[in-house]
Amino acid sequence: MRAIGIIGGKVIGDALRNRWIVGATVLLAGLAFVLSFLGAAPGGHVGVSPLAVIVVSLSSLSIFLVPLIALLMAYDAVVGEDERGTMLLLLTYPVTKRQILFGKFLGHTATIAIAVFVGYGAAGLANGIGREVDAMAWAAFGLLMISSVLLGMVFLALAYLASIVASERGTAAGLAVGVWLLFVILYDMGLLGLLVASEGRIGTTAFQILLLANPADVFRLLNLSSFENVRLFAGMAGASGEAALPFPVLAAALLAWVAVPLGAAAHLFGRREL
Amino acid sequence: MMTPVAIHLANVTKHYPRHKALDEVSLQVPEGRCLALLGHNGAGKTTLMKLMLGLIRPSSGQVQVLGMDPAAAGLPFRRRIGFLPENVAFDEAVSGRDTLRFYARLKGVPLADTDPLLEAVGLSFAAQRRIKTYSKGMRQRLGLAQAMLGAPGLLLFDEPTTGLDPVLRQAFFHHIRDLTTRGATVVLSSHVLTELEARTDLVAILRQGRLVAFGTLDDLRREAALPVRVRVVVGTEASVVAGRLGDGLAVTVVDGRSLEITCRIDEKMAVFRHLTASGLPALDIDIQLPTLDDIYLHFSHHTAEATA
Repeated sequence: MRAIGIIGGKVIGDALRNRWIVGATVLLAGLAFVLSFLGAAPGGHVGVSPLAVIVVSLSSLSIFLVPLIALLMAYDAVVGEDERGTMLLLLTYPVTKRQILFGKFLGHTATIAIAVFVGYGAAGLANGIGREVDAMAWAAFGLLMISSVLLGMVFLALAYLASIVASERGTAAGLAVGVWLLFVILYDMGLLGLLVASEGRIGTTAFQILLLANPADVFRLLNLSSFENVRLFAGMAGASGEAALPFPVLAAALLAWVAVPLGAAAHLFGRREL
Repeated sequence: MMTPVAIHLANVTKHYPRHKALDEVSLQVPEGRCLALLGHNGAGKTTLMKLMLGLIRPSSGQVQVLGMDPAAAGLPFRRRIGFLPENVAFDEAVSGRDTLRFYARLKGVPLADTDPLLEAVGLSFAAQRRIKTYSKGMRQRLGLAQAMLGAPGLLLFDEPTTGLDPVLRQAFFHHIRDLTTRGATVVLSSHVLTELEARTDLVAILRQGRLVAFGTLDDLRREAALPVRVRVVVGTEASVVAGRLGDGLAVTVVDGRSLEITCRIDEKMAVFRHLTASGLPALDIDIQLPTLDDIYLHFSHHTAEATA
């Protein structure tokens, strides 16, 4: 445990030094503020909680940005140290490969969590304070922040996998970009194309499984369908009864998307000889 | 009483998919000694070090270091070793002091021990500077400092003197002597025997994964049985003097003024006695012992022929 903390602490220290934390926080805060003002203008005068609108727009932002930040931050976590030659030395210290990986995971997760909670939190507070905001909207906003960090953890784990599988930094970077394109952009396009092409022959269950197979979709469903007021703005009100998955399933799917790639990364890293 | 054995290798072989990195290597190093691993690039030095560090497992044979199996013993073993990799690299953006403190924390060494170590390797003046600004020699010294964290029982240095100027090299061997005096065992590798300046107790020469020579430098000198050259300046008529010495000695006339006698190292004193007894009009005598390079080349060449 101690070693995990030391490695994690070093990652956070590095992220402070090379401005990753500041940069990511400012980026998320800036975009969240812009979206919150753009989102509040049309929402304000129809008398509904603008925070719920912000949850809708911020979840779209998270889907694009948080995986990108996670992948960029972590793709060279292993292969970068291999190439610089620092990994060889580290492995002769009283620390296991598992501890190195989990320590980095802890540090990177903390970095993302700071960026999300400070960046989004500031925008959310600025929007919500001095207004009547119901508890449900705050809950939806809280879920957005927590699930954004979880989404980040999913892509951190995928980045470590790329970093362990690749033998060069460039390859790992390419894999990371590929992972982002696949899950964030191409997957939904492909799914849509499949739905159209199959002319409705894909059953509800198959469709749900296909949605669960992409962490970005799981994140989207989790945020857009869990709360009534958000559903309303997300255009999910009708869909909820039919295709939507229950909250525990979505939450479990997102957690599994963290655990499985991370476990695979730990396994592959542990098996590797120098 | 026998000194306890720090390193025990028995028939260690390491295969990689493409080649055999080590082939039936056996050797023993007692505690408190310094072993030099010599060989060309790719001879198996680094592989042998990785085996001793427990980073890799042998394909067959036994590795015992400090009484443990390095690959299986895990963390308790790694607390007792120090390692300086070839071309040691650190996080460039971090200061030397913070780097050493990070490694100290990992090893469970009190942070108060780090500054004296920086002092010992002469880096106090640059402790706060980022490693980006360090020279090769300074990085090497920081690498030495981190290897010495926690007073390990075994230290392994991979090509530690490469790229160091003679002054730094002297300082490096000074540290090694301190370590072995304290009872630590030291293993270092090099591809140039002369760089070691005969500062090591034991020498192991590797060639294409095989151990071709192992022992003290004196052992190797004897085993190589390279000739000693004695050059005698006699002033005039060297050929006449050579004829007088003749019986059983390998004498060659170098020029009109001097001649050269080659003999085995254990015959050296007999040759001198013979020279004195024969009333040789010697103006000057110059003795050339086989150099470290001669010995190294002898063993490398020897095996090259055997493989060919």
